Order: sequence, then C-alpha cells, then structure tokens
Amino acid sequence: MDLDKYIASGILELYVAGQLSERENREIAALAEAHPRVREEIEAIEATVRGLSSAYAAGRKPDFAPLQSRLAKPSRVRPLWPAYSGWAAAVVVGAASVYFYVQNRDLQSQLQRQELMRGALEEQIANTEDSLKEANRLLEALGERSIQVVPLQGQTVAPEAYARAYWNREDTRLYIDARGLPEPPPGMVYQVWSLTLDPLTPVSLGLLEDFAADADKIFALQNPNASEAFGITLEPAGGSATPTLEQLYTLGTVPS
Amino acid sequence: MPQTEAADLVGRVQDKDMEAFRELHTRFAENICGAINAVVRDPMLAEELCQDVFVTVWEKAGQYNASKGRVFTWLLNIARNRAIDHLRSRNYKRQKQNLHTENFVDTENEAVELPEESHPLAEKLGLYLQGLTEKCRQIIQLIYFRGYSQKAIAEELDIPLGTVKTRNRDCLGRLRKNMETANGPG
Repeated sequence: MDLDKYIASGILELYVAGQLSERENREIAALAEAHPRVREEIEAIEATVRGLSSAYAAGRKPDFAPLQSRLAKPSRVRPLWPAYSGWAAAVVVGAASVYFYVQNRDLQSQLQRQELMRGALEEQIANTEDSLKEANRLLEALGERSIQVVPLQGQTVAPEAYARAYWNREDTRLYIDARGLPEPPPGMVYQVWSLTLDPLTPVSLGLLEDFAADADKIFALQNPNASEAFGITLEPAGGSATPTLEQLYTLGTVPS
Repeated sequence: MPQTEAADLVGRVQDKDMEAFRELHTRFAENICGAINAVVRDPMLAEELCQDVFVTVWEKAGQYNASKGRVFTWLLNIARNRAIDHLRSRNYKRQKQNLHTENFVDTENEAVELPEESHPLAEKLGLYLQGLTEKCRQIIQLIYFRGYSQKAIAEELDIPLGTVKTRNRDCLGRLRKNMETANGPG
C-alpha cells in the first residue's frame, strides 16, 4: 500500500470527523496499529481538531464536580423502588390483562366480519366469472361469419326505441340486443316475432323475460323460420298468440 | 493522548469506575464543551449540554468500540448530536413564534469573523483561523462540528463532491501550521 497516497487522500481527516462507515473505521484502526506513520498522522489530525475545539471553549475549564453530583442523584431515589415495584407490576399486569382481553374480543368480532365479507366477495367473484364467460361466449357467437345483423327501428308507439337481431341461419340461433328498449311496465313483457311478409304471417320466437334484471340485455332465442323480418311487441305477461300491432315497438327487415 | 489509553479509560467507565471517568473528563471536557460552543455560541449553555454529553458517556460507555472510530471521534459525535438537537428544538420554538430563522452557515461565519478579542483563547482562535479562506472555515466547521456529509457540504458550499475530502485536508493542514506558529513548536 502506498501510504503517502493514502494519507494524502484525506481519508484520515474524515476518520477523525466520524464520517466513515463502521467497516472503514475498523480497517483504519487496524492500519494505524500496523503503520506508525498512519497512527502519527491520525494523532496530528486529532490534535488539530481538538486544538480548534478548545479555542472555541474560550478558556472555560469544565468542572467535574457538578457532573459527579448529577450522576449521584438517581442513586438516592433508588431505595424506594423495591417497596413499590411489586404493586406497580401488579397494576401494570392487571391493566395489560384488561387491555388484551378487550383487544382480543374486538379482534374476534373483526375476524367474524372479515369472514362474512370474504364469503360475499367469493360469491361476487364467482358471479363475475360466470358473466365474463357468458359475455365471451356471446362475443364469440356474434363474431361468427355466418351471423346476420338486422337493425330493428322504433315504431309509432316508441319512436326512440331500437334493437338489433343477430341471426345465425345455419344453427338457427337468434340474439336480440334489447339495450335500446325502455323497461317494460309492470305486468307486461316484450315478445319477439318472426315475420314473413306475403302474406303477413307472424310466428312467436319467445319473450324477453326478466328484462329489468338482465344486465347485458342480450337475449338468446331460437329461430328455425325463413324470416323476412323481426318485430318486438309489448304484450301482457306470459305473451300472446298473435302480436298486438298497436304495441309494436321495433321492426326491421332481414336483408336478402 | 494515545488512543489505546483513551479506550482503556472508556472500558473502565463502562465498569462504573468514577476515577477513570474523572480522568476522561479531564482529558476531553474542554474539547467537547468547545465543540458544542462552536455550534451553539453560548458558553453557559455549551457547558450544560456538555454535561449532558458526559452523562450519556457514563451511561453508554459499553457501546463504544473501534468501529466507532477514535474515542475523541465518538465523544465528538455525541456532542454534535446533542448540540444540533438543541438547535433544532430552539429553531422549532422560534418557528412557532413566526420569527425569522437564519441560515446556520451564515450565522457561523459572522461568529468566526468576530472572536471575543478580550479573551486570550478567543485571540488564539483568531490566530488559528488566520489566512484560512472562507470556504476552508466553512468546510472545517461543517465536517467536524456539524457532522455534514461530504455530499451535503458539496451542495451547501457549491463545490464539486470529489474535492471535499482533499480540500478539507488542505484546510486542516493550514490550520495545523497556524497552531504550530501560535503555540510554538512541539
């Protein structure tokens, strides 16, 4: 090791300042033992800093007596301790027992609440998983090449209403996207009709049951007919044999 | 004082040897009280805080070992913490009173510039610091009495980080020469 270079680096000054890590401190202490030059340099640095510190003391010589009497004080109080410590300990233990009992009770009820909440969350997760599967299945179905999209426009009784039919002729599946329909009044239900136009022949395809409760408002039906148009009417609960044309909400023709 | 001897004293203080403690106090109290006064600038207060430091030493002598550095360094570190704690609580009180708090280094320089000429040791301080640049005085103050890291010093004084260590060495070297001139050789 190049001691000159090491000393000139200024690291020993930092050592005296207390700016180094514990590991570095140990290394330098060992180095100082091995090399008198390093030790002498450290001592010279320390002497310089101590000289400067003393100069700041402005000549006041600190007295040991007040320090000594300060240290002696606590020992005078000490004899009282054994007399009270037993009681103090009993009070502390008693208080701690009550505290922990209350804590434990609180934790128990907290745990129960957490258990309940966990059950609810598990159910929610299961439900979400189900509806996700359903949505994916639907998305897949609607994306099939053979599916035909039929827009159903609002009619006189509900000009703002609209719906969409997705019809797969090959496997006869029909999906009705009913998001554009208003919620049916109590005791009423939407009924979907397949129509052939010449002559006008309606065939019921089914009801949009539980409309309000259905989150995505997409309903799966079967349509084996050679439909030329689709219509949706509002009917009394349970549906009707023939459509109530005054309550025709939406209608759309199947593009040929 | 050789480090081994000082470390022996601390070892005996750990065993609650009052004579060793008195010896340690005799050897270091002036330095430690001075180092505190360099920060708080109030000799009466410095003495009080200095007493706190030695109470800590009495109680915690067992914590000292070579990984803490020199005995002086360990004492200086305790003293610094005590002095700075005090300043912080004082500043805190000041801030609560909505009074202006000055920058530490600025107050520092004023005080270094204005030693109490009447006292022989204050005169000595003037001689020691004679010819040292402003930056040198600040670096020494910050490293030894404030415990600033090299990085903090570089930022505070706006000098490159890599130069702090060697600058400090140069500044202490100049201080050492001044001391030799002031006190005579040896």
